[in-house]
Amino acid sequence: MTDFARRHPVWAAVIAILAAILIWMIFALWPSWLVDLIGKKKVFLNALFNGITLGGLYFLVASGFTLIFGLMRNVNLAHGSLYLLGGYVGYEFAELTGYWLLAFPAAFIVVAVFGMLLQLVVFRRMEGQDLRQTLVTIGISIIMADLMLWGWGGDFYNISAPSWLSGPLETILVTSQKRSGDLVYLKYPLVRVVIFLAAVAIGVAMWLLLNRTKIGMLIRAGVDDRDMLSATGARIQLVFLCVFAFGAGLAGIAGVVGGTFQSVAPGEDIRFLLASLVVVIVGGMGSIPGAALGALLIGLAEQFGSVYMPTYAVVLTFLIMVGVLAFRPQGLMGRS
Amino acid sequence: MSVFDPSESSLAAPSEGQSWLERIPIAYWVVGLILLIMPAIAGDFMLFQIFGWTFILGLIALGLMFLGGYGGMVSLAQMSIAGVGGYMVAIFGVSAIDTISLGWPWYVAIPIALIIAMLFGTLTGWLAVRTEGIYTIMITLAIAAAFFYFARQNYVMFNGFSGFNGVLPPMLFGVDWRGPAAFYYLTLFWAALGYLVVLYISRAPFGLALQGVRDNPRRMSALGYNVTAHRVAAYTFAALLAAIGGILLTWQSAQISPGTAGIGPAIDILVIAVIGGMRHPVGPFIGAFIYVILKTYAIDALVTLGLAGERFQLLIGIAFLVIVFWSPDGIIGLWDRLREDRKRDPLTGRGGEGP
Repeated sequence: MTDFARRHPVWAAVIAILAAILIWMIFALWPSWLVDLIGKKKVFLNALFNGITLGGLYFLVASGFTLIFGLMRNVNLAHGSLYLLGGYVGYEFAELTGYWLLAFPAAFIVVAVFGMLLQLVVFRRMEGQDLRQTLVTIGISIIMADLMLWGWGGDFYNISAPSWLSGPLETILVTSQKRSGDLVYLKYPLVRVVIFLAAVAIGVAMWLLLNRTKIGMLIRAGVDDRDMLSATGARIQLVFLCVFAFGAGLAGIAGVVGGTFQSVAPGEDIRFLLASLVVVIVGGMGSIPGAALGALLIGLAEQFGSVYMPTYAVVLTFLIMVGVLAFRPQGLMGRS
Repeated sequence: MSVFDPSESSLAAPSEGQSWLERIPIAYWVVGLILLIMPAIAGDFMLFQIFGWTFILGLIALGLMFLGGYGGMVSLAQMSIAGVGGYMVAIFGVSAIDTISLGWPWYVAIPIALIIAMLFGTLTGWLAVRTEGIYTIMITLAIAAAFFYFARQNYVMFNGFSGFNGVLPPMLFGVDWRGPAAFYYLTLFWAALGYLVVLYISRAPFGLALQGVRDNPRRMSALGYNVTAHRVAAYTFAALLAAIGGILLTWQSAQISPGTAGIGPAIDILVIAVIGGMRHPVGPFIGAFIYVILKTYAIDALVTLGLAGERFQLLIGIAFLVIVFWSPDGIIGLWDRLREDRKRDPLTGRGGEGP
């Protein structure tokens, strides 16, 4: 961070000022002119928190995508289908056992096994032919989408969170002041907060795994130079298999989270595939911190867009992508 | 990238001492004749729905084949560019939504539509050429999605979810161009023109330079070619093909809506180009024909087999997967391989070129 500040003093200053303004807007009681200008503080705070938690969900989907891409140069356009599969499996499991928490390992395992099969049966046969792999993943996603439509129909499924997670969380953030002088505090759904914290925990765990363990070392070496790594005797196929399974499993978990936040339905696969594409393009291919930053940016853009400029909310995210591409083609955190 | 081997067959040097008429291969005469007399054989549905649609989708996919086969860039934004073309004709020309449509005559509206679609294509290309290979697919897919959502949510210009209806071709020379035979010849004309132009460009200096850029951009730029300019120009030309296809598509269904240029259709264009093969301009038309036949008759076939008719996407997906898996060059690749096999000497196992 100090390195960044030293190299780009102007940008660092701009970012610092923006952060200061944001912190002030979160904690301060808004003066009336600001309320007149952009509306109630409650709306703003809700959009902010929704954006951050949506960013957490996007991060879960996109980190698996970017991990697989970084290591295997395989743009897995079936990633959205893996997400949707995770959602359906999680729903069935939660309905069957009645335990919401059990849906997560179930979705993780089922989708991870599916991902391993994909890697073993399909991608291993066409290693190094990125374009062909990409086309194959398109074919797989078409087939999976139709099979899932066959199996589960076009209905919306909602994975309901357990009772101890439902209900609002009282925060210490003031939204407004009543005429009597009492302060009104923001209430926010507990389940979203918990899931966001879980996403952060997964992200931190992934970072630790990548940067502090031997497996992580292997993976990072593979990202940098795959051929050299396999020449040193590392069992690269095993690493590939593990990473593919883990990335797919993350997508499965994200499916359960998405099913709890929103719903599981046909078409969500494309939506989340696009979201992770944009997140990864913005953040930088193959970079986990990049995926986190990109996910946060896109989540915030989507939520603020839908609150303050509802007609063009989706376009805003793509404008961000185009802007990043035009000025920094390798992504915000990507290495050129 | 094994998908895009240089196409030897299309670059075969013509033999000297023949007039250009004699040099046209016999297959062209046969296919051309059959296509010309088709209205005498086929019914209205075949002409309008099957062949009209085949030529249109083939024309749009031809742009992708040009980009992918000669330029090595696979773009998923072709359908969006076609959508822009169709939308612009509806906006500047005549449609049933007369609050938005400007109602300008066709000779103004169509050139404007083509120019705007080409500008859009150039812009897409300018963004996409900053990246390579698989990145291009991702970025163009994102652009296609952005256009889809934008068109769906914009009511001022694109009339949102419902789009425009009543977009009809002009009554030129007193012919109703939406009549089956007339529409057939209209689409056939543009498809044939597009095919021949692509074939011509592939042997013209620009096309050869583009193929050079595909094979080795560094060497080309060392030779003094502007690599980026060639790539962007390729996008512009592909956009022209897509825009013509998009306008014809709008006339065929007499309407345009965001769904026309959605993510599904964008991927379908890629499917068409890949099934047909990206090495020769005839590929997209073969792919489009197979796609249209499947899309039109698969439901009946599935129902007679006792399966639900909605499983059409499954069929398309499996066909696509099988082709990508076993023959990356599509149907043309299969054909070439078959011909190679037949030429091969069964004893020596060598190709049958020499005596």
